[in-house]
Amino acid sequence: MKTSLLPTIAHRLALLGYIVFALFPLFWLLKVSVTPNDLLYSEGVRMWPSRTTWEHYSFVLQHSAFPTFFKNSLIVSGSTAIIVTICASLSGYALSRFNFRAKYWIVGLMLLTQMFPLVMLVAPIFKILTPLGLTNSLTGLIVVYTAFNVPFATFLMQSFFDGIPKDLEEAAMIDGATKFTAFREIILPLTLPGIAATLGFVFTAAWSELLFALMLINGNNAATFPVGLLTFVSKFSVDFGQMMAAGVLALIPAALFFLLIQRYLVQGLTAGAVKG
Amino acid sequence: MSMTADVYDRRQDRRPWQKRLADASEPYLYSAPALILIIVVMLVPLVVGISYAFRDIQLLNPFSGGFIGLEHFETLSKDRAFYTALKNTLWWTGASVFLQFAFGLILALLLDKPFMGRGLVQALVFLPWAVPSFLAGLNWAWLFNPVIGPIPHWLFDLGLMSQPGNILSDPQYAMWGPIIANVWWGIPFFAITLLAALQSIPRELYEAASIDGASWFQRFWSITLPFLAPTIAITVLLRTVWISNFADLIVVMTGGGPADRTQIVASYIFTQAFKALDFGYASAIALVLLVLLLAYSMLIILLRQTLLNKG
Repeated sequence: MKTSLLPTIAHRLALLGYIVFALFPLFWLLKVSVTPNDLLYSEGVRMWPSRTTWEHYSFVLQHSAFPTFFKNSLIVSGSTAIIVTICASLSGYALSRFNFRAKYWIVGLMLLTQMFPLVMLVAPIFKILTPLGLTNSLTGLIVVYTAFNVPFATFLMQSFFDGIPKDLEEAAMIDGATKFTAFREIILPLTLPGIAATLGFVFTAAWSELLFALMLINGNNAATFPVGLLTFVSKFSVDFGQMMAAGVLALIPAALFFLLIQRYLVQGLTAGAVKG
Repeated sequence: MSMTADVYDRRQDRRPWQKRLADASEPYLYSAPALILIIVVMLVPLVVGISYAFRDIQLLNPFSGGFIGLEHFETLSKDRAFYTALKNTLWWTGASVFLQFAFGLILALLLDKPFMGRGLVQALVFLPWAVPSFLAGLNWAWLFNPVIGPIPHWLFDLGLMSQPGNILSDPQYAMWGPIIANVWWGIPFFAITLLAALQSIPRELYEAASIDGASWFQRFWSITLPFLAPTIAITVLLRTVWISNFADLIVVMTGGGPADRTQIVASYIFTQAFKALDFGYASAIALVLLVLLLAYSMLIILLRQTLLNKG
């Protein structure tokens, strides 16, 4: 089949436009982060500086609290992702494989949590966590983020379980395995891509969360990356090179996870957003 | 006859009653961890927060805490900042959802047909979705900043600005800053969702239509759109609610300024709780927002019912 040239060129140009729009802000972040301070203003709108430097990165890594923020964010996002994925595989399995009386109530409750403004909870959660000693602590953040992400992750896991034929575990149970053994030994290994996708989604969500971290954390020791970066911005608002170097560092884990789950994105988001 | 059968059944069943109980409780055991978390960390604070709306709760005032009835709502009805925030929320949500949807749909259509390097292009254009929202906000705030960003200089060169200034501090145009950042960040979400829906349309339909001599626009209008309609409806509705609550970009980029021109209801709630530390008033605003969102959802459900009954 012969395709005419003009629509093809228009198609590629349109895509090129999208790519430029999507990548330009990130490119600019990278560009300023490697521009030496003396060229920052004189070569302000140039696409690439005449000299590049890593000094902003080395300053950020050696003389600032960013490594701590980075570590805190890794702990919080990693723990949240793992706990959420465990809880969500269990509850997603229950929703996918059992018919029970409270099922519609559970689905309704989970949908409700997706609809109401989470910002409503900022004040009450702060009040509740303070006497428990969970403000200014990574544990507090992990608990809050885990609860926030469980409903979406449950729907996601449910859709992955729905994609696995029921005959498999039925066959195993005829052979004498209990339902839980069948779940652990047969269904979970088959859902590994789904588990990876869920881990990625939740990790990215926890890595990005800002408002609750700002409210619950105060001071550098337990600050996550967003809180640290914003404090840094309001304190040293002239050090653009360093801020952008820190920004590039904050981007790395999220971008890595994105590449990992990219393949499952279309599948996963559709499951969570459209069916749920 | 039936009694004997009944007794027989029960006797048959009585032996493994422990197992029956275990079987019946199995789904509850699986869902328990998730449910407990949701109830303790979301539902309980939600109820507590609703009670705060009727109490005087200020973090820095040890004598606060008493019930004050509807006083917060009286204050709220006279609060001009609140009405501004309400108007801004409509503008912010409407413009963001419309632009994200329009550009997302075009992108999905562009990515739908196979071409060389599609996987790579897809990864690149979906990348903004993975950027943490606070970073997206900061990144765009820097692009709009005349000291460090190129956009004011471009606008100046195009003659759209009398001097390279920061639109984020210009009361008239400030809202465009967060909206553009939001569109950049949200296009992939729409594109991904719509692309999945596009790919589930049977290809034969298009081939049949081409053979019948249908133009691209005719095919789009009578095959693609009807197939996409349910996905579009659900995604747009859910996204509308989500974006009207999405305060991150505004908190990061403008903090609601200049002069409350970019303050939306969600960021106003956050500012009241985080900066003013007035938890009671923040909860009262939040309750109003919740009621408005519920009303919106009910309206949508009613609309859907009417449309379904018609069809």
